[in-house]
Amino acid sequence: MAYKKRHDGRKPAETRKIIAKAGVIPKADGSGYFKIGDTEAYAAVYGPHEFHPRNKHDPKRGTLRCTYNMMPFSGQGNRVRPGPSRRSKEISLVMENALRPVTDLSDCPNAVVDVFIELPQTDAGSRCAAISAASIAMADAGIKMRDMVAAVAVGMVDGLPVVDLDYEEEAWKTGDVADIPVAMIPSTGEITLLQMDGHASTAELKKALEQAKPAFQQIAEAQRAAIKARYAEAAKKVKE
Amino acid sequence: MNNALKEHINQALQKGVRLDGRKLDEWRPMTIETGTISTAEGSAHIKCGEMDVVVGVKIDVGKPYPDRPDSGTLMVSAELRPMSNPRYELGPPSIESIEASRVIDRGIRESEAIDEKSLCIKKGEQVWMVNVDVCPLNHDGNLIDLGGLAGIIALKEARLPKLVDGQADFHVHTKTGLKLSCLPIPVTVVKIGDNFLIDPTFDEMSVADARLTVTSVEDGKLCSMQKGGEQPLSIDDIDKMVTLAVKTAKGLRKYIK
Amino acid sequence: MTAAKEKSALLVKDHDVVVPGEVLAQGMEYLPSQGTYRKDENIYANQTGLLIVEGKVLKTIPLASAYLPKKYDVIIGRVQDILMTGWRIDTNSPYSAVLPLKDATFDYIKKGADLTAFFNIDEYVVCKIFQVTSQNLVDVSMKGPGLRKLQGGRIIKVNAAKVPRLIGKRGSMVMMIKSATGIQLIVGQNGIVWLNGDPEQEVLAIEAIRKIEEEAHVPGLTERMKKWLEKKTGKKIEIQEMPEEESYDHRPPRRDGPRRDGPRRDGPRRDSYRGPRRDGPSGPRRDGPRRGPPRR
Repeated sequence: MAYKKRHDGRKPAETRKIIAKAGVIPKADGSGYFKIGDTEAYAAVYGPHEFHPRNKHDPKRGTLRCTYNMMPFSGQGNRVRPGPSRRSKEISLVMENALRPVTDLSDCPNAVVDVFIELPQTDAGSRCAAISAASIAMADAGIKMRDMVAAVAVGMVDGLPVVDLDYEEEAWKTGDVADIPVAMIPSTGEITLLQMDGHASTAELKKALEQAKPAFQQIAEAQRAAIKARYAEAAKKVKE
Repeated sequence: MNNALKEHINQALQKGVRLDGRKLDEWRPMTIETGTISTAEGSAHIKCGEMDVVVGVKIDVGKPYPDRPDSGTLMVSAELRPMSNPRYELGPPSIESIEASRVIDRGIRESEAIDEKSLCIKKGEQVWMVNVDVCPLNHDGNLIDLGGLAGIIALKEARLPKLVDGQADFHVHTKTGLKLSCLPIPVTVVKIGDNFLIDPTFDEMSVADARLTVTSVEDGKLCSMQKGGEQPLSIDDIDKMVTLAVKTAKGLRKYIK
Repeated sequence: MTAAKEKSALLVKDHDVVVPGEVLAQGMEYLPSQGTYRKDENIYANQTGLLIVEGKVLKTIPLASAYLPKKYDVIIGRVQDILMTGWRIDTNSPYSAVLPLKDATFDYIKKGADLTAFFNIDEYVVCKIFQVTSQNLVDVSMKGPGLRKLQGGRIIKVNAAKVPRLIGKRGSMVMMIKSATGIQLIVGQNGIVWLNGDPEQEVLAIEAIRKIEEEAHVPGLTERMKKWLEKKTGKKIEIQEMPEEESYDHRPPRRDGPRRDGPRRDGPRRDSYRGPRRDGPSGPRRDGPRRGPPRR
């Protein structure tokens, strides 16, 4: 095991600094902001609103539609060409799958709830930050959901199980890396997103997931605090 | 266009009041932060009333165009993402966003603020390609002016990435910035009825008879213009609008440090 | 994590802001109601809202929500399109409504008449929802006191969850803003607000409305707004209820109980949109008996 100490001095199970906010986009019906380290995601919810085209209507419940987009200057390398890519479409899909299990849209058949996610800067873990921001935005919009989904990447860097990999760890050159984005329903511990790129044994996967539990609770706390802060601020202003 | 809203706006303008209570030549309260995006070579985050725009400058290394082997490139793109306003939908860039991109682009290009020849690394082989991307988070009007102002600020802040074996290392930035010979600022004046106003909101923009974007530099010289809207303008109108735009641009210079 | 089986505990206070997934109470003693659910021993919130504790029942009042059409709501709609036999009305919800010819006016409309003469595209109307199906197909009517086309003025949107606070107890908040600013003001249950008056007073009224939206969850709203409006206008303001004849457009939302805007229509009250379907799944859309006066 060559990677004993993390390059930025974090403990193995420690996330980067988290900032979460709600109500950041006034034009939207609900919005959220989630920053973890240098990965920053804005999410806006519009709807439920009328769904075009008609042939996509679900007469039993409303549809949840996510659109993930990296701003052109947000990548670690060259400029990201604007417009949808295979990558952004796949991430939009896995985001929908991660969020749908908590969402109750039975009140609005045939309609659609749009969740738009924009990332101004990324330093790995962008789909997880996007899911965490989207949850805040949906709760802020008053969408019925049994919990807010919290997401963070876990993984193995050269034999060390770690939480919240940054770009440097994800691109670690001197050893094997496994990058495992995970989304969890904090109140039940159920997992709604699980992907992996890299190399890890079954035992390592289990260890990495186990180790991340406090991080999910920490993210869930930050998400809840973000919504509450929005309303507490108004109450505070009134008192002054 | 909503005629009832237009009439209502017009009536209020007769009394010198805009829908949000501003005077006709009043800019919304504005804050600008720079260097907010770690992955960009230069960035500015501008908030003006409810308008909220992130602008990033990305400087890549690329091959020059064959017809101009010793010139780098500069390109401005504005995207009207559906996040920023319920009116915008998913899909290819709208004509509105293309116009905004082009107007900001021409303002910077025609002012010759950036000498494209200075962006040459090796003639015919490698040049710096400067991309300015304007991304509104919350769109409430006046994208061209705010994108243009934030764009020039982000360009001023930008630092070239380090060159390692002909490749850009985006994790290490040099101290070298882009040399700006002047600071072009676009200001859009809209005409509603007989009134001229600046810094229009989304609603005001939607009912404007005509608009004129005037980009000017420090000494008040004009470097690009674009007329928009359906109604024609008289020479007298244009004179008033240009004067107001140049005066406003001078006032906005205090935001560029 | 396991709660003591014999002991129940409330983990939040009455009137706290609660968020989805938050544990509100442990144990079997408390009961979940609107906006909350039970999972095993715990009660959780499933919508951002203000917690209301009524004895052992826990429910929330949503702090934000999209508008969904509800029977008897008086809304402000926008004419979206003109149909063969009526108008399509945008209800500020995912579901547009149909305003059928015969519910649009008491005037006689000749066959083939130009419908734009009555309501044209992009005009706003105060109308009442008289039917919502389980799939949220909506019919509206213009027949009723105060239902009319809106001339001039401007429209702003507020979050539908804030509408009851903006209307106030028996219309008191709307009355207060109206008397302070002297403008015309109508609040639709769907979060569409129409104002018309002196431009500076309109700006003040909108400032007041935004303040109400922002502070809707903080107790003492009416008194606070009274003071704020008095300070802004220098006028003395009385808190008063809305006169009965005006209350059509400011009726506080209630699903049950007696209605204040006139006698109930003939026949038993129909199911609300969440109720069982009255017609079969493949049945035609408007096959129920018409309840308006017969026409020829």
